[in-house]
Amino acid sequence: MIDRVLFGDNQFFGVNHMSEEKARQQAIRFQNMGAVIDVLDDAYAEGIRTFMCTTHERMHEVCDYFRVNRSRYPDFKFFPCMPYAHKYANAAAEHGVVGAFRNFLPEENALGALLRGGISVARKDIEGLAALLIDAEMKMFAGLSTPVVFLQNVATDFLLGLRFDQAFRMFADCIRERYQAEPGFITMNAPLLLDRLEKIGISNPIICANINKIGFRMCGGIQAYETVFAEGRCRLIAMSVFASGALPPREALEYVCKFPRIQSIVFGASSRRNIAQTKQLVEQLTPSGEAIHI
Amino acid sequence: MLKVGIVGLGKMGLSHQSMINAHPDAQLVAVCDSTAYVLDVISKYTGVKTHSDYKTMLAKESLDCIFIATPSRHHAAIAEAALRQGLHVFCEKPFALEPEIGFRLAQLAESKGLVNQVGYHCRFIAAFTETKRLLEEKIIGELHHLRAEAYGPVVLRPKGSTWRSQKSEGGGCLFDYACHAIDLINYLVGRPQAVSGTVFNSVFSSDVDDEIYSTLHFSQGFHGQLCTNWSDESLRKMSIKLSIWGTNGRINVDRQEIQIYLRSLTSPVEDFTQGWNARYTTELTRPVWFYVRGEEYSAQIDHFFQTIKSGRGALSNFRSASDASLVAAMMRQDAAKPHTAIEAGDDGAHLVASTPFPKGEKSFMQRIFGGGN
Repeated sequence: MIDRVLFGDNQFFGVNHMSEEKARQQAIRFQNMGAVIDVLDDAYAEGIRTFMCTTHERMHEVCDYFRVNRSRYPDFKFFPCMPYAHKYANAAAEHGVVGAFRNFLPEENALGALLRGGISVARKDIEGLAALLIDAEMKMFAGLSTPVVFLQNVATDFLLGLRFDQAFRMFADCIRERYQAEPGFITMNAPLLLDRLEKIGISNPIICANINKIGFRMCGGIQAYETVFAEGRCRLIAMSVFASGALPPREALEYVCKFPRIQSIVFGASSRRNIAQTKQLVEQLTPSGEAIHI
Repeated sequence: MLKVGIVGLGKMGLSHQSMINAHPDAQLVAVCDSTAYVLDVISKYTGVKTHSDYKTMLAKESLDCIFIATPSRHHAAIAEAALRQGLHVFCEKPFALEPEIGFRLAQLAESKGLVNQVGYHCRFIAAFTETKRLLEEKIIGELHHLRAEAYGPVVLRPKGSTWRSQKSEGGGCLFDYACHAIDLINYLVGRPQAVSGTVFNSVFSSDVDDEIYSTLHFSQGFHGQLCTNWSDESLRKMSIKLSIWGTNGRINVDRQEIQIYLRSLTSPVEDFTQGWNARYTTELTRPVWFYVRGEEYSAQIDHFFQTIKSGRGALSNFRSASDASLVAAMMRQDAAKPHTAIEAGDDGAHLVASTPFPKGEKSFMQRIFGGGN
């Protein structure tokens, strides 16, 4: 079951698609993990129960906090989104493509894990390698509730372009079997992705995509997206609904909320006032009686 | 359908492959790389034909165009072979490392009427394209100064194992980061006539430069500064920013936004106001057919295909890329010559000319951790 409103993490890690200055100010403000926890506390107090977050290395501390304080947040869930792509892109520039993967294989149980990793690469046993990498990314969430695990858009869309469709199958199987969780896919190319996921037998997938009134990063065009909204072939989570601040909140949410098949909205905010306002607006604009759970 | 081949399946080659595959006007015919397991994985899971040698690929496959994404040192030879075979060529930046070779290949491509493009993707970032338009309209008057900065986290430790850390392979901050900034400067305000006071510094690398600073001379009364550093961990990825001052104001631009300060409204242009104005990427960026890692990467590939179809000239071509290599060569030569500086004399009261860091001076890291040069 996925909540109507999910909390995102871009604001915590210096990601702002509109301004590098704002991104840096946020990075400074949230350098101290205490500041991140304070905002998550605010979100929790406003009734938000799901934190959709990148597997950024700093997320370790957040996970540690919620493990220690589980009794205070008994129903708090994480939706991990992997991988944190810059980590791999920067490593690929420094160590080469294969070296980058080697770099991120688990360190503990070093001999066994590295040996497995080495053999995986040599045998082109991509499935084994994928499982190792997923395990490495998921380690920080041990003991926490992670009912949905996402493949980040850079990875999804890169694989989608390559037509490496089997990778989606591997990811989905691994997440289901090893983590008893639902696989999800973040993308900037939702209509194309949906077609391809269906072709490899992943039906009614969870897809998280940019959905906003101005069509910002909605590849395939806003009309193709609206067709997807109408068809009900997937469980949709809308992100970037404010198009990085280009749209005023009410106008932005009115657009998203008029499509009943869009089941959830993920947003990021740094102040309790903004969190409360956005959540209330979504609730107010969601027609009552609509199915708001997936 | 344009039949496409790719040479080099590193970070850029694979990223190109993903976008080319998804393009409605292109058919990816074959790829080529020297690493056997990359080829095996690609062949097994994506079904594309693979070759281990570009010469074999060029000889066996019927192609319209190729994408070259090998280490920089190999660009020129592969581009030349492809041009001689009559193929349109998209080459990763910095294209040819030596400007003379670059200009010769530009001449070759032009004489054969073949489309030639280089992957200087910043020319396809909407904020920079819009800045170019505003500068052409002279919105901030006559230019008198600019500062171009490119910072990012590529080399953060003394060791590095790829070609990017080897001078002989075309590695180093000059060809990786500085070239982007140089090309953007050339695109926006024209190529500088001269450079001076260039400093190449190694922060962590043993064989290549990690930061470069240089003074640019465009014309009488118009100068600039270039500051690049690829050992800056405070950023997630490369960040390029330009600040441009003119007689009527100032423009600050990066990939996300353009800030424009106007002293006066010279003409009734658009909806600008006196003082600060802002334009954001969300309003400037045009949609692309497929998005992987930034619209500009998709847009430059689409531009290449559309240029082949329409016969127009490419926005970032062998000639403009060779201009960037020429400025890079100017900086290398300037940095290598003995510099004189003015320092305070021993008495602290008089000024004397000096050579601040004689050739052979140890780098910052070598001074701290030992090791010689």
